[in-house]
Amino acid sequence: MATLRDEIFPIRSSDDIVKVRQVTREWALMQTFSLVDQTKIVTAASELARNTLEYGRGGEVRIQAVQEGPRRGVRLTFTDQGPGIPDLAKALQDGFTTGSGMGLGLSGSKRLVNDFDIQSEVGKGTTVMIARWK
Amino acid sequence: MERIPILKMGNFLLVTVQVDMHDRLAMTLQDDLTGRIVKDHAHGVLIDISSLEIVDSFIGRMIGNIASMARVLDAETVVVGMRPAVAITLVELGLSLPGVRTALNVDKGVELLKGCIEQRATANGHVAG
Repeated sequence: MATLRDEIFPIRSSDDIVKVRQVTREWALMQTFSLVDQTKIVTAASELARNTLEYGRGGEVRIQAVQEGPRRGVRLTFTDQGPGIPDLAKALQDGFTTGSGMGLGLSGSKRLVNDFDIQSEVGKGTTVMIARWK
Repeated sequence: MERIPILKMGNFLLVTVQVDMHDRLAMTLQDDLTGRIVKDHAHGVLIDISSLEIVDSFIGRMIGNIASMARVLDAETVVVGMRPAVAITLVELGLSLPGVRTALNVDKGVELLKGCIEQRATANGHVAG
């Protein structure tokens, strides 16, 4: 798999969430995603960036424009050093939340992308990787 | 501080969201709108989201909250102008905006609001005005 572009952006404030949305949109456009595909990856990026900020107490996202054979994609890896998630299976259920949201962030973003992977360790932090392919 | 303008149109309030909303701005709008419903004795709120490129769960929740708060304050809410790609994504995300009325554009939204308000007035035994 070839990486065409690779950058890291901080997630420290609600303005950074907006920035992550803008960059994701730009890169999805660059990868010639359809409007619906762009909207899905940008929405998933927004959900996960907010999770990083609210539950992970801030962190960063690595955005990559990737190509595998004829397939072009955008991959985002969100990392925080927050409290971690004790029960991943539960956290991935629709409607489960420990915060004030609706509990759709993780489960909903998973439905909006093609690849989804989450690693979390209590006391260490959480990493969520998503990718959408054209 | 940055704010989303709220326009008065007769009995209604019109909000056109034209910027990429960050979370604080969404919360401010919620507060401003409830205040204006009371101050202007508004019976309806139209939220035009045709400029919004995405609606995530935070913005969706804010829209739902505004509709619930407006209802408690005796006003109806109609969301207009949602883009097709946004609608597709919203449903897949798992958000169906329960309790929020929608219309394709501002004109249809105004019609819908007028209809709702007349219906309510009739149900309450008042003459619609």
